[in-house]
Amino acid sequence: MDGVDLLIATAVLAAGTFAFRCAGPVLRTRVRLSPRAQRLMALSAVVLLAALVATSVLTEGHAFAGIARPAGVLVGGVLAWRKAPFVAVVVAAAATAALLRLAGVP
Amino acid sequence: MRSIWRTLDRELTRDIALVCVADGLVGVSYGAIAVSSGFPLWAPMLMSLLVFAGASQFMLVGIIAGGGNPLAAVVAGLLVNARHLPFGFAIGDVFGSKWAARIAGSHLMIDESVAFALAQRDSGRRRAAYWACGAGLFVSWNAGCLAGAFAGTAISDTAAFGLDAAFPAVLLALVLPSLRDRATRLPVAVGVVVALVATPFLPAGLPVLLALAGVLVGVVAKEPTTLEGAH
Repeated sequence: MDGVDLLIATAVLAAGTFAFRCAGPVLRTRVRLSPRAQRLMALSAVVLLAALVATSVLTEGHAFAGIARPAGVLVGGVLAWRKAPFVAVVVAAAATAALLRLAGVP
Repeated sequence: MRSIWRTLDRELTRDIALVCVADGLVGVSYGAIAVSSGFPLWAPMLMSLLVFAGASQFMLVGIIAGGGNPLAAVVAGLLVNARHLPFGFAIGDVFGSKWAARIAGSHLMIDESVAFALAQRDSGRRRAAYWACGAGLFVSWNAGCLAGAFAGTAISDTAAFGLDAAFPAVLLALVLPSLRDRATRLPVAVGVVVALVATPFLPAGLPVLLALAGVLVGVVAKEPTTLEGAH
C-alpha cells in the first residue's frame, strides 16, 4: 500500500466524517426548528441507534453473526430492563458471549 | 469544563469509564490488526486521531488490506459515518454557540457519546455526559490504538473476550429507557426490521440509514390514541 494513497484516503475519510458530524449542530442554529421537528430529530437518533444495535448484534458483514453475541446482548438487555447496574449489564453481556465461545458455540 | 465534572455523579462517571476501558481494548485490537495487515505504524494512529469512528476505520483497513480500491474503502467508510448527520441534529444543543466548542464537540460525536447524552433527562447532565464520554473515548481509543500498533497481535481477537457483545449491550441499555414511550416503539420496530432485512443485500452503513423509514411511519401514525379509540 502506497503511503501517499493511504494518507489521502485517511484525509478524505476524516474530512467527510467531520462534515457529517458538524452539519447537524451548525444547521440547527441557522434554521429555527419547531418543537415537533426537534422531537423528530431525537426520535431519528433513537431509531438509528436501535438499528445499529440490531444490525451489530445479529449480523456480521452480510450474514448472521452466530449465537454467542446475540445471546450475550440478550442477557445484558434483560439485566438492563430489570434496572440492573450498567456495569453488570456490560460485564454479563461480554462474559456470556465469551463463555459460549469458550464452550464452542460460534 | 469544571462544572461538567461537578455535574457528573459517581454512577455516571463509573458507567462512562467502563465504556472507555472496553473501547480502549477494541482500539488495541484495531491497532494490532492494522499493523499486522501490513499498514505502516502511523496509519492506524493518524486515522484514530482524525477519523475517530471505529466501524469505518476497521472497514477502511479491511478493504485496503484485502486488496480493495482505496476510493471504494473511503466511500464505504463515509457511508457508515453518514448517521452522524441526524445525530448532530438530535444532540447539537449540547455544544452551545461557541465555534471552538462546536468543532471539538462535533469531532467527539460517536455512537456511545450520543447515546449517553440522549439517555439523560436534564440539559446539564446531557452536556456533562456527552463531553465526558466523548473526551474519555477519544483518549482511550487513541491510547488503545497506539498500544495495539506497538504490541502487535496481543489482543487482536476481542471476540474471545465477548467485547463484540459488550458494545451493542451498552447502546441497548442506553436506548431502552426511550422505548418506554409508546410513540417511539413503532418507529423503532419498523426501523430495526428495515435495517435487518436490508443488511444481506446492501453495503454496510446503508441499512442503518434506511431505518429512518421508521421515523416516517412515526410521522404518519402520529396519533396512537386516536388509532386505539378506533379499535
